[in-house]
Order: sequence, then C-alpha cells, then structure tokens
Amino acid sequence: MTPLAASAPLAKLALLATSGVANASDWAVYGVGTALAVAGALGVVSLRNPVHCALSLVTTLFGVALLFIDEGADFLAAVQVIVYAGAIVILFLFVIMLLGVDRKEAVTQGKLRSLVPLGIAVGIGIVVELLVLSRSSHWATGQKATSGALSGPGENVQKLGQTIFTRYLLPFEVTSALLVVAVVAAVVLVRRSSGPGPAQRQAAARQGLPQPAPSAQASAVPSAPAAAPAEVLAGAPAAEGERP
Amino acid sequence: MTSALAALYPGDPLFAKGADLWVWVILLVKLVVVFAILMVSVLFVIMYERKVVARLGNRWGPNRAGPNGWLQSLADGLKLFFKEALVPAQADKVVYRLAPVVAMVPVFVTFAIVPVGGTLTIGGYTTRLQLADPPWGILVMLMASSISVYGVLLAGWASGSKYPLIGSVRASAQMVSYEAALGLSVATVVLLTGSLHTSAIVAAQHGGFLYHWNILRGFGAPFAIFSIAITAEMTRPPFDLVEAEEELAGGFNMEYSSVAFALFYLAEYAALVTNSAIIATLFLGGPDGPRIAGHSVGPVWFTLKVLILLYVFVWARATLPRLRYDQLMDLGWKRLIPGALALLLVVAGARVSWRYGLAALAGSMIALLLLARAIEVGRAGSGKEQGGMPSELESP
Repeated sequence: MTPLAASAPLAKLALLATSGVANASDWAVYGVGTALAVAGALGVVSLRNPVHCALSLVTTLFGVALLFIDEGADFLAAVQVIVYAGAIVILFLFVIMLLGVDRKEAVTQGKLRSLVPLGIAVGIGIVVELLVLSRSSHWATGQKATSGALSGPGENVQKLGQTIFTRYLLPFEVTSALLVVAVVAAVVLVRRSSGPGPAQRQAAARQGLPQPAPSAQASAVPSAPAAAPAEVLAGAPAAEGERP
Repeated sequence: MTSALAALYPGDPLFAKGADLWVWVILLVKLVVVFAILMVSVLFVIMYERKVVARLGNRWGPNRAGPNGWLQSLADGLKLFFKEALVPAQADKVVYRLAPVVAMVPVFVTFAIVPVGGTLTIGGYTTRLQLADPPWGILVMLMASSISVYGVLLAGWASGSKYPLIGSVRASAQMVSYEAALGLSVATVVLLTGSLHTSAIVAAQHGGFLYHWNILRGFGAPFAIFSIAITAEMTRPPFDLVEAEEELAGGFNMEYSSVAFALFYLAEYAALVTNSAIIATLFLGGPDGPRIAGHSVGPVWFTLKVLILLYVFVWARATLPRLRYDQLMDLGWKRLIPGALALLLVVAGARVSWRYGLAALAGSMIALLLLARAIEVGRAGSGKEQGGMPSELESP
C-alpha cells in the first residue's frame, strides 16, 4: 500500500491522462474501423487476384465489425465476424480454389471491359443517393434515427433477443422460412440439372456400375494446375460405389 | 472511465476505483502472463502428448533430452528456429508469410475469455483471474474458431502446390460444416445459463462437485456434440484429413519450414490447450471444486480438468482411425447438426415449462425420424447402400 500511497500525485496525473485517453478511445476505434473498411473495399476492387480480393473483403468486414462495437452493437459485431468472415467468405475461397479460377484477371480486358463505365456510374449514383439521404432528415419515418442509444437494464444481446422474439417475431420467422425455401430450391435445382435421373441411377446401381458424381461434371473446368485437386475431390465419392 | 474498457470488464473489481496508472499496469501484466502461460503450456503439451501416445502404443517415447526427455520439445523448437525459411517459387509470398500468424492469433485471443478462477489481490487492487469478460463472451470463441480456418486455408493455397491445396480445400469444407454444430451446442449452454459471459456460465455451475455442471444437463448431449465438433474444428485426429500424411504428405503445412512451421505447430497445440480450457469452462464448471484445507483453489481444479481433457484428446488420437471424407460430412451434416438442433429446441422448451419440453421432445423425435427416412431414401436413390447408420462409422 505504501508505495502506491507515496505515488499519489503520479497516480492523479495518470488518471487525468487516462480520462483523456478514454475520450479518445472511441475515436480511435472509429478511425481504425473506418480505415480498415475503406482500405479493404479499395482492395476488393483494385487487386487482381481473386483470393487477394476475398481477403480484402474480410478486412472490410472486420472494419465494419469494429464500427458495430463502437456503436455498442456487440452481438451484431460478433455475428458479422462469425457469419460473414467465418462462413461466407470461406465459401467464396472454397469455390475459387476448387474451380481453379485463382488466376490474375485484368478487368480492362475481355467481356468485363464494357461493364466498367456502368460500374463507375452505379458507384457514383449510390454515393450521391447516400449523401442526399443523409442530408434530408427523413425519407420514410421522419426521423434522423429510428431508435436512440441503449438504455435501461440488460445487455445488448438480451435486448436484441427480446425484440426479435416479441415485436419483430413475424419478420424474423418469415426471413427464416425464406432461407429454408432458398436452400430447398438450391438442392432441387442442383439435383435436376445434372447427372442421370433416379431411375437410371437405380438401374446402374443394380448392375454395380460406379456412379458419375453430379459435381464431377459441374466442376470439371479444364485449367492446368488446379483442375487436378478438383478431380481428386470430386472423384472421391464417385469411386466409393466400387467399395465392397 | 472509458466506455470500451467498462464494457470489456463488467463486474471486475479492478475498475471499482476508476482506471489509474496501476490498473493499466496490472492489465498489462495479466496480458503478458496469459500469453506466457499459453506459450509454456504448449511446450508441455507436446511432450505430454508424445509421452502418452508412446505409452498407449507400448513405447517409451522421447527420453533423451533433459530429465526423462521432458526438454525434447524445447530442443525441437530451437532446432526449427535455426533452419532455413524456405519460400517455394510458386508461392504467393505475402499470403504465405501471413498464414502462420493468422493461424496463431485467434487461439491466443480465445484464451483471454477463460476464467481461471477466483480473484487475486495485489497492493490493494483486486482483480479476477480472467483477462477479459466482454458482454459477447463465449461468442469470442466462435469468432476465433471461424477465423482460425483462414490460417489453414491460406497456408495451403499460398504454398502453390497440389497437396497443400487439397488439404486447405478439405479444411474449409470441414471447418465450416462443424462450426454449425459447434455454435448450436454453445447456444444450448447459453440457454441453460441465460448469459453469454463466461464468468456467468462458470458461476451458474458453481456449488456442487459434478452435479451442478453442464456436462450432466441435457443428458450430456451438448457436451458430446461440442467435444466432437471442437475436435473437428481443430482438425485433430480422427478428423485430421487436412494433414493426412498417407494421402496428402502432410497437407496444408507441407511446404513450410523453420519459424513458420513452428508457428503452425504452436497454434495447433495452443488451440488444444485453449479448447480444453473452453470445454472445462462450458461443461465442467471451470474452476469449481471442493476447497482444500479451507482455501479456495480454483486454478488447481481448473488445471486438473484441463489435464484430464488433454489426456482424452491424446487418447482419441492414439485409438481412433481417421474418418473418410464422406463419413466426416455424414457425421457433421446428418447427425451432429440435426441432433444439436433438436437438442436446442428441447432445452428451449424445457426452460419455459416441462409441457413445452415434452412437446419439443416429441416434435424433434418425429423430425429426426423423418430425416433418417429421408437419408435412407436418398442413399437408396443414389445407389450407395451401406449398412445401417450406426455401423457405418466403424466400417473400414
């Protein structure tokens, strides 16, 4: 206790300094988050290699997660990282690697060339739209923000849960139903579009013939180095029919 | 008092008097200590695993370096640091160097939320033996496990050769698949506790050796699902298809050498320690245990539980054969995820009242039976008839 008591003036000075730091910390989080988000977004559009673009997208997602934390939306930040960075971009990368399209591509060549002016126009349009919306204080509800800061007891997650399962129950359930419908539709489309029909498959199974896996046809992109792993992976389930 | 700090440490008595210089110093010391503990424990765990695997295989294991060979991993580490750091000509240089770091960081972040138990008083300042207790608590673990995929994925891709690429493609599919089961079993525990704070999860299990622990609630099913899913997340055996030596010659880290390889090794074993600690926190009461000689010895119980869990992981490695890729996907998508979903429903129902619980149980039973029937029909349709569902795992 005594060394601490002796350094009381020092501690008081530090307290002053930290309160300044306290004020600045929110700004620091905001600054870092914004910088990450903008740098990542620039990387997504300017880098040539698709994998690098995907990684830049992850940087942007992290920046946005930081901004969410700064706004006190903890759960949103966590879900942003878990779902977007942890699952969706991973699936992007999975497809990029599996199909072997991880080569450098110049946007200024080929089919994409004609789309460049259109992209620039849409980008400028969105920026203008955002600026106009932010200037006009209301466009749908008549308020600058529809909700205030968090108040009252309970943490962000609890409040979010209560809101979703009481006031916004119907939109929540409809959204989940929509997702289920989308998944079922995707499965149905994939099953129908390739491979022999079920009757032929059963006939082939009776004769003990190995089945061509549907994915083998879909992913057999003839590109030199990366086609090999795609075939190895897709071939694995196909070869399984031969097992005793 | 900064709002960000207060949000990170709610309930920690360290900030009761505001944040002065000494509070910052204590925070820094805690940070360094957590880092050091994890680093040193890696040296220990590598030897622990090698010794236990050796004894399970009726061998002695390494016994030359130091007393009984316990300095072997230190010697191996030193050797690795003096090797040449090769970068393959075909490699993507930046990503190749980035990948080991990406693999290591999430593991260390996760350990920050583990409550080791009790409080410590230094010079009038009382603090918890837990680095951070953010309101999004256990979600940090899920965030870190979803980010740790990038380490493996990028390492395999950036190496610029085939086998590592196959390893990393396998890794991405495997880890994303098992993350769903992992998240659902964590959600079950959160439902049982009513809070995301790891400290609250531990506090809810306090007050009785074993019979208050989450491992016994939900009939042990969340514990089983979480343990299997976390093993797959770590790509530990029997889910180590990512680095299957026989097929992929080492998989994603094949091209790595020297410090970069050491970092992957470090990340793998630090993940083992961290995830054992997370299992102990979620299901085994964390530092909960009887007092010894009138003293509360939370950290001792905690260490003991982690050691036992580590033994189980090593045991699984020594005894279980590696799963085939389709078996891995079957287990993840057709058993663990439906099982975890049904369990979540039943637990949520039972939290409201026992009638809802029974209704949820009946409903999920019907749903699972329908799913089993659907899988059977699908399998018959695709001509892949392979025995019954339970026997499939054991088949060669």
